[in-house]
Amino acid sequence: MSKQENSMMEWIDKRFPMTATWRAHLSEYYAPKNFNFWYYFGSLAMLVLVNQLITGIFLTMSYKPDASLAFASVEYVMRDVNFGWLIRYMHSTGASMFFVVVYLHMFRGMMYGSYRKPRELLWLIGMAIFFVLMSLAFTGYILPWGQMSYWGAQVIVSMFGAIPFIGETLSNWILGDFMLSDAALNRFFAYHVVTLPLLIIVLVFVHIIALHEVGSNNPDGIEIKSNKDPKTGIPVDGIPFHPYYSVKDIFGVVAFLIVFSGIIFFAPEMGGYFLEYNNFIPANTLQTPDHIAPVWYFTPYYSMLRAVTVNFLWIDAKLWGVILMAAAVIIFCFLPWLDRSPVKSIRYKGPIFKFALTLFVISFLVLGWLGTKAPTPLYTLLAQIFTVIYFAFFVLMPWYSKIDKTKPEPKRVTK
Amino acid sequence: MRLIKLLLFFISLTPIFVFAAADIKLDRAPIDTSDNASLQRGAQSFVNYCLTCHGASYMRYNRHQDIELTNQEISGSLIHTGQKVGDLMLTSMKKKEAEEWFGVAPPDLSIIARSRGADWLYTYLRAFYKDDSTSSGWNNLIFDKVAMPHVLYQLQGQQVLNIKSVSDGKGSSEVKELELSVPGALSKQEYDKFVTDLVNYMVYLGEPHANYRKKLGMIVMIFLLGMLGLTYLLKREYWRDVH
Repeated sequence: MSKQENSMMEWIDKRFPMTATWRAHLSEYYAPKNFNFWYYFGSLAMLVLVNQLITGIFLTMSYKPDASLAFASVEYVMRDVNFGWLIRYMHSTGASMFFVVVYLHMFRGMMYGSYRKPRELLWLIGMAIFFVLMSLAFTGYILPWGQMSYWGAQVIVSMFGAIPFIGETLSNWILGDFMLSDAALNRFFAYHVVTLPLLIIVLVFVHIIALHEVGSNNPDGIEIKSNKDPKTGIPVDGIPFHPYYSVKDIFGVVAFLIVFSGIIFFAPEMGGYFLEYNNFIPANTLQTPDHIAPVWYFTPYYSMLRAVTVNFLWIDAKLWGVILMAAAVIIFCFLPWLDRSPVKSIRYKGPIFKFALTLFVISFLVLGWLGTKAPTPLYTLLAQIFTVIYFAFFVLMPWYSKIDKTKPEPKRVTK
Repeated sequence: MRLIKLLLFFISLTPIFVFAAADIKLDRAPIDTSDNASLQRGAQSFVNYCLTCHGASYMRYNRHQDIELTNQEISGSLIHTGQKVGDLMLTSMKKKEAEEWFGVAPPDLSIIARSRGADWLYTYLRAFYKDDSTSSGWNNLIFDKVAMPHVLYQLQGQQVLNIKSVSDGKGSSEVKELELSVPGALSKQEYDKFVTDLVNYMVYLGEPHANYRKKLGMIVMIFLLGMLGLTYLLKREYWRDVH
């Protein structure tokens, strides 16, 4: 560093903790050296967030949040705006890829016990991000005002209507009208471009602050901070985030961009899963599509909503479906307290946990697949079975994680 | 690792489930959106036969420079409504009148190929048959009681529906077949080719930039693959001292 730059940094450091922040969060933030493939998805989620923010700003410049203009304005972006098609596909593909990386990020946490003490709050902040992300996806999906935008939103809003006594009033209050209309489109636009992005940025910031306070977990699930070099006080299994993980994450980013670009340039609709075919038809308030399916990332929960077919305890089936669906998302928040295993990572957990987690992932995927299908008696039965398995994974965890045969954790991180 | 392998196995199975069910058998449309001659013929048929009732109101006429038409050619042969080349391809039929005549306003066709798919359009345009029970006198094998009359019947001729029952030992099933009763101006091969050009054009119309998108995608992919190698080497260099 030249003398001039040096004095420049000094000048700033006296007024703002620039060097201190750089050190605390990058060059002297020590992360375990044994991160594997699954540890790319945190930084990738951040990349996708930035992608959504930037492309979103450009889309907002041409999009019109007006029920009579919205659909045409999206096609205007696709045809008449320079590279508008690219910006829009980056945003629509980004929405789906956001869920891909976040689901994998959460699965990583479940495999290696990243939600366990002392990372409970980190996990809860992450769950808050997940809820905001779901709201962003929902409000964003309405904006093109196509058939699926309209009728998908109709299904979600009708869920609020299922709440006893206040349901009707509540859904009218949310919509600002007695039906899904221009008023709702306008307010959902406001949430999608102002409220929710602000919230998610703050929460991601808080998520990282919490992470850097407790330090990263790792595939072995042991605390690197409990084994520090006596002279330097640096964890012996830790390496500075920058440059080691910054260069590693750059490699991850390029690998991700290859997949991302592959979709954007060669299969932007992803076979109707990222952009649904019915959403290329303008919203028609008088014509319900034969088959309403939400975008793929909501289908596991949609399956559960439809799985309840009997009224029970004076509460009707529809409300039970809504309760179940909400519970399916919220239940992740209890993981830190449900897991009673003496070890954190799946590497040292016993066969029961491995079996339970595998079954859970299968049920999540099957429920997701069922959610894209029109219900038949067989499909409904399957959805019911897998909903039970989904919840059993959580509800039985305090019991099976305790009796499971675990292996001893190593003292140092392994490869 | 065994867990992950098992998961990947199940994930790899999902496409089998997803693509297993198909309701109607559609004919595959033999289209090629890089064939500009075909797209130009399709554009001509589209403005002659479709644009009268349907709009393509997200598409501008001068966009057809993509398929190697000049502005002069566009205003000479594609525009019949006195519009300018920079205008949107609007229909001349009023929505209210359309509803009175057909019961429903004809849908805009700008992105119909993206919602219906090329194969559906290709099958649909070849599956009209005479049916005196409908108000237009026409019906369609894959869109029952469609409001649209067969506007291309002078080219294709008239088809009639034959329902045959086929028995195969266990039971009998109905097979619906179309048969040409009155030949049109074109032979079957010529008509299929005519529809192919038209559907090809509608696919182009749905996403005019699609060919450019793929071309740009190749360049982006080559760049990224190069970057993947470089960033891998960079990572390896930095990680040399981590044991």
